[in-house]
Amino acid sequence: MRIQTKTDLASLACGLTLYALLEGLILADIIPPYWQLNVIRVCIYIILATSLNLINGITGQFSIGHAGFMAIGAYMSAIMTVKLGLPFLVAILTGGLAAALLGFLIGLPTLRLSGDYLAIATLGLGEIIRITILNISYVGGASGFMGIPKYTNFTWAFLLMLFTLFFIKNFVNSTHGRACIAIRENEIAAEAMGVNTTKYKVLAFTIGAAFAGVAGALFSHNFYMAHPTSFTFMQSFDILTMVVLGGLGSMTGSIVGVIALTGISAYMADYPEIRMIIYALLLIVLMLFRPQGLFGSKEISLRIFSRLTGGERRGAAQGN
Amino acid sequence: MLKVDTVNVYYGGIHAIKDVSLMVREGEIVTLIGANGAGKSTILRTISGLLNPKTGSVEFEGARLTGVPAQDIVKKGISQVPEGRRIFANLTVLENLELGAYIRSDAKEIREDIQKIYGRFPRLAERRAQLAGTLSGGEQQMLAMGRALMSRPKLLLLDEPSMGLAPLLVKEIFAIIREINAGGTTILLVEQNANMALSIAHQAYVLETGRITLAGTARELADSESVRKAYLGG
Repeated sequence: MRIQTKTDLASLACGLTLYALLEGLILADIIPPYWQLNVIRVCIYIILATSLNLINGITGQFSIGHAGFMAIGAYMSAIMTVKLGLPFLVAILTGGLAAALLGFLIGLPTLRLSGDYLAIATLGLGEIIRITILNISYVGGASGFMGIPKYTNFTWAFLLMLFTLFFIKNFVNSTHGRACIAIRENEIAAEAMGVNTTKYKVLAFTIGAAFAGVAGALFSHNFYMAHPTSFTFMQSFDILTMVVLGGLGSMTGSIVGVIALTGISAYMADYPEIRMIIYALLLIVLMLFRPQGLFGSKEISLRIFSRLTGGERRGAAQGN
Repeated sequence: MLKVDTVNVYYGGIHAIKDVSLMVREGEIVTLIGANGAGKSTILRTISGLLNPKTGSVEFEGARLTGVPAQDIVKKGISQVPEGRRIFANLTVLENLELGAYIRSDAKEIREDIQKIYGRFPRLAERRAQLAGTLSGGEQQMLAMGRALMSRPKLLLLDEPSMGLAPLLVKEIFAIIREINAGGTTILLVEQNANMALSIAHQAYVLETGRITLAGTARELADSESVRKAYLGG
């Protein structure tokens, strides 16, 4: 337990140092505005990818409707700030809660499905959410929700990302996380161990949806507007691609997947026609040579570094 | 301890279990033998709550189990080793055992129990950090049994522990089953290998196409003409 808190604190310190470093570079204008936008994008997508990883990678429920929950968060939060004039934090929380509620309500019936069936159901769900929004004129309908203030900055994005990472990491390392992994590995055996499989599938789905909602709130307050076309199934696939690239079940993998793919997109922005080709080629090559993703289900953590620097004992003690 | 009373189970329209009644007394090894498709596993799955009977009831220590969800049945002290072992292949041996203790929260005693399991299955201790999927069939069976014991069951349900194992390993597994029983755990054993099952059991039932056709002490059944002909090779 104490080792756990210690590594947690160490990771937190690293995270805050990284924050200070990047914020410093941004304030000093060393990072150009275009890349500042991309850094914020990376933070938002890390929230999306790690929350999807909780559903797909850790609990093994194949969901591809993440953009739908993101849309709920984006629009709910925009309603809060634009229509009701509430502060950004309240908007973010409402966005997350609304997405969580919807995730819970939808998770109850659909998580009885498995594999391909669940994937199709969640894909359909994402589209239903988008098309519903498209037809609500209160939030701008097809022309999009205009005039959203730009509240999202690097600080909001990074700190919420850090919170998401810690929340999901601790969830995965808890009894609840163990239960989710057991479900992924073998649902019948998990049930035979006394794991309430429905409860944990719905729980993981709800938490994943909540963070997608939070990311949606950051997303809509970053671009002055929210538009239904931002939340098509292509968006869901983008997030899924990042998770799969990094390795289903690995949080650090998801982070690397996000950074790699956002980086490629950003560099290739000038050549949009070959961007998708490179993207696709990368995935094909990856699936041929590393079908489990860059990291498989492994994590890189500070512990590995401490092991490299002679902390062998801790690794050995863990075996007991 | 366990009482199954005139239970009927259907798979859709198929009547798989017909008026089955059986009893398991505390401290015994009770075996249920029968050919492929007789409904042995179905009975176990009904007891552990993975299936619901249409009529009839299952009682454990005087309390009704019918309709109780599977995860709560584990908490009442019944643990199942599912057919085909179903270990968590991508987790280590240690993690598999820890998951077996999922319903418990007494970290210190869990650690002691893991050591006990290692004592009973030294092979698992050697391979504690290895991924369970890379174990041999016999080792996986041992792991599945160890994992089931981690919930400290009063009643252990074993579904075909001899399946796919070499004869020598089958002997080893059955010796372990007997040891577990001697340690105070009651056992309900489902087996196709009637010979081995009858050699360690106290009571036995013969199941044919969903119906119990014979019941008695294991010795009586082993000596019975019809059982010898049908299951013991003459």
